Parts: sequence; structure tokens; C-alpha cells
Amino acid sequence: MSDMRDLYQQLILDHFKSPRNKGPLPDADTTAQGRNPLCGDEVDVALKFDGNQIVDIKFEGTGCAISQASASIMTTVLKGDSVSHARDLLDKFSGMMVTGKGSLQQLGKLAALADVHKYPARVKCAMLSWRAMEASLERRTVAVSTE
Amino acid sequence: MTSAAPLDPADIRPDFPLLDQQSGGQLLAYLDNAATSQKPLAVIEAVEGYYRHTNANVHRGIYELANRSTEAFEGARQKAAEFINASDWHSVIFTSGTTEAINLVAYAWGRQQLGSGDEIVLSVSEHHSNLVPWQLVAKATGAKLRYIPLGEHQGLDLEAAAQLINPRTKLVALGHQSNALGNVNPVAQITALAKNVGALVLLDGAQSAPHFPVDVQALGCDFYAFSGHKLLGPTGIGVLWGRREILEEMDPFLGGGEMIHTVTLEGSTWNELPWKFEAGTPKIAQAVGLGAAMDYLTALGMDRVQRTIDDLSDYAARSLGEIPGITLYGDADTRSGALSFAMKGVHPHDMAQLLDQEGIAVRAGHHCTQPLMQSLGVAATTRASFQIYNTVEEIDRLAAAIRKAAAFMLGA
Repeated sequence: MSDMRDLYQQLILDHFKSPRNKGPLPDADTTAQGRNPLCGDEVDVALKFDGNQIVDIKFEGTGCAISQASASIMTTVLKGDSVSHARDLLDKFSGMMVTGKGSLQQLGKLAALADVHKYPARVKCAMLSWRAMEASLERRTVAVSTE
Repeated sequence: MTSAAPLDPADIRPDFPLLDQQSGGQLLAYLDNAATSQKPLAVIEAVEGYYRHTNANVHRGIYELANRSTEAFEGARQKAAEFINASDWHSVIFTSGTTEAINLVAYAWGRQQLGSGDEIVLSVSEHHSNLVPWQLVAKATGAKLRYIPLGEHQGLDLEAAAQLINPRTKLVALGHQSNALGNVNPVAQITALAKNVGALVLLDGAQSAPHFPVDVQALGCDFYAFSGHKLLGPTGIGVLWGRREILEEMDPFLGGGEMIHTVTLEGSTWNELPWKFEAGTPKIAQAVGLGAAMDYLTALGMDRVQRTIDDLSDYAARSLGEIPGITLYGDADTRSGALSFAMKGVHPHDMAQLLDQEGIAVRAGHHCTQPLMQSLGVAATTRASFQIYNTVEEIDRLAAAIRKAAAFMLGA
């Protein structure tokens, strides 16, 4: 299964076995659920903001190694990041899921998931936490705009 | 279990050209037969031969070619009738598959016959194709759905079935064999319960027809549905068998050509059975291919087919059951054909991905049985499912690959 190291890179297996930022975020400003009913994967993403900065991010969920590792890696990248850069990374990450290409400089350790694009059935696994994060951001926007 | 001798894969495998290919650097081990089966040369050549030599629209042609096409198509119907021991070919309706067959009954019988206060009894292990059509009918008619749960051995709970089936029950619609668990359901007992209260019985034979001899007269059911593509035949063809007196009373399902007797601007009258339910140009080449698949299976002997698949399934359950951390699902007493499993710490999709790397094709997911997965308390399982061309060596490879995948994911 040496080829499997392309998809299941050491970083992915590490985050799957020892997820970072996993658990409740009691004083979260927004949360959103990610659900993939086809495979039962679940990822909820909670965000806490200070102005336009994501000061804390946590996820909870169950699912395959790709969905859970992607969520874990995402939280480590976005914690302390600005909202606008988070949106930018979402675009670049979802682009990488289509093309398999992404600049290591821009995507950093997210590039470990680049080979997921070769397995179309698994792209939705990798995207689940990002979609939940996006929905969580949207709620903040709604909340801000109605203030 | 049958006393018939198992088939020798060395005799069978050359009949299936697709199996002779590499995947993941190894010979493909195709273990997703509950989803669809591979096709023997006899079927491939029958479909090709039909298009090369016989193709014409059926039933209305004056010319010789159309007559030959009609004979080929109606000949396939005769074969289908014989395959399930139906006494009357008029009661054998070609559909696009099991799903359309069940929808036909749900629409043409259910919407006509059911009303509020009536009940339909299903089981929690139904494939969505024998569940969603009834949910639609229940919504349209006010009928209520009741579900037979799993008992302690993950077979259907017959005591609960006896409680659920009551004089308000108008139909019991049940999988003959579970696609997700492989359980052969106690259809004789449940049919008896249904008959006691005057309810009709529909059996979803998608998994049973490719697996063991089926005799609709002995089963005592009122409808039996199955698909061609799981039975070594082409996609896009299936069969609904129904009791003739019930089919006669039913309104048509789809309207169009072929299914009519006369059409005026004021209204239409219906063709006789089975064509009343076959609107439009039928699935002619597919029916011919299905006929060839049935000839192939009948020549081998369905009792030997059953023995072969049962032996493989038993061997797989023993081999996989020895793997530390594995859970096998289904009723060990009746389970065959399909084997669902989960490995502690390895998600079913990751498992299927890692098995694919070893050239082993299995299915992971909910297997179109989401309520069953909820009942089992899992999101998904990995499922290996068997046909006559599978071998003990393939199951050995499966067991070894499962161990390897677990070691890879769990870092053992």
C-alpha cells in the first residue's frame, strides 16, 4: 500500500489519530454543521472572533480519515487568521480539490491533501469541514449586517 | 443450504471476460456483486447478436425482421416466467429494474387501493427502492407505514412482525434477501401472517433471484420484482411478476404507445396483460440479454449457483471473523451472498479505498439502506458480495488486505 501514502500522507494519518482543536467551544460566536448524509460524515465548526480575526476555532465530528484530518488541519491553519484570508484559503483549497494544484507557499500544510483530487468520491470528505467553516462565517456576516 | 455440488471457478471465470484485467497491479477481485454482477460472454454476444441481426421494433411490424425481433423479445418473457416458475407469462412484466417494478405496484395498485386507515408493513432493512415508493404512496393516500424491526441476531423480529401485521394491513412489502446484510428473510412465515389478515405480499427479489432458485407459486406472494443486471444480465431491464387477477384490476402505470387497445380523443382502453404495463418501445435488446443470462444460469443449475455462493459466503464469514477488531453484521444463520463488516478504528470508506489499492472492489456506505444503518447504530459499513465467479483465493486476498489496511491506518 505504498501508493496509499499519496492519499493518506503521514500528516493526514497523524491528524486523524491525534486531532487538533477538537471539542466544544463554549463561547463560540458562530457554529455550523457539516453533514454528508451519503457516508455519514459529520463535522461541526465553531468560530470565535475578535473584530475580523478568528481568535479560536474548534471542530467536533466523526467520519473517515480524510474528513477528520482535513478538519483538524484546517483549524490549525485558520486559528488566529483573518476572516478575509480564511475565505481566500477556502477558495484556494477548493481549487486544489479540482486541479490537484496549489502553491505550497500559499497553502502550507493544506497541500498534504492535494492528492485527494485523484479520488473524486473523496473530495467531498476533504471539503466537509471547509463548507461548515464557510457556513459559520456566513452566520457572522448575517449577524454583523443585521446589527 | 442445498446438497448440489459447487461450481468450479476454473470453469466459470473464462465466461466472464471483464474479470481478466488488472487493478492496483493485481488481478481484479470484483466483490461488489450485490450492486451489479459481471456479464458472461453468452449475454454480451446475445445483445450484440440482437443488434447485428434482429433489431426491429416489436409487435406491430408486418415484415419478417420485426417478427423475429418480437419472437426474441417474447421468448425472453417465456424464459423469465420459467426462471421464477410463474404459471402464466401474461403476468410477467418487463420493467427497467426492481425499482421501477416496485414503483409500478406502488403507483398502479397502491394509489388505487389504499386509503387512510390502511397500513403497509415493511422492514427496517429494506433497500430504499422498497421504502421510498411506499412513503410516497402513504403520503398520497393517507395510509400508514409500519416497520418490522431487527431481532437480537440481526434477523427480522418475527414476534414483532406478528404484532405489526393486523387486519388494517393491506400490503406487506419485504426484501426476500437483504442487500446490506445478506440475510435471507423469513418470507414464508411473514407471508403466512399476511395471508391470515388478507394482506397482499410483495417480495423484492433483487438479491434473491441471482442467488437461489425462486418459485413464485411456492412462495405464495402476490408480487415479485427483480433486476436483470444483478443476475448476470444487462442494465435497464427487470421483471415484475404479479398475480394475474390483481394485475387485471390495476390501472396502467405509464401511458403511451403499446399499452393501449384503442385511443380516441374522448379516451382510451387498455391493452391486455402484460403489455398494459409496458408503455413505449420496450427494452428489447436488454430483455434478450436477460433471457441469455437466465439460460446461462439455468444450464449451470440455480441449486449449484446457490451452493457456490453459500460456500464462498461461509468461507468469507469464517476468514474475516478471525480478524481482530472486526465486526460482521447480519444474521449468521441466514446470511449469504453479501457480507457487511466494520473494522475498529478504520472508517468504511477508508477501508474500501485501501482495498481498492489491492485490486479488490467492494462497496462502502449505507448501501441504500439508511434506516437499517441507523438501526444498527452505524453510519456505514464495508460490504463484500459474491457471485459464482468469485474464488476462495479472492477472499483470502480480501482478508489479508483488511489486516493490512488496519495495520496501515492504526499504525500497528
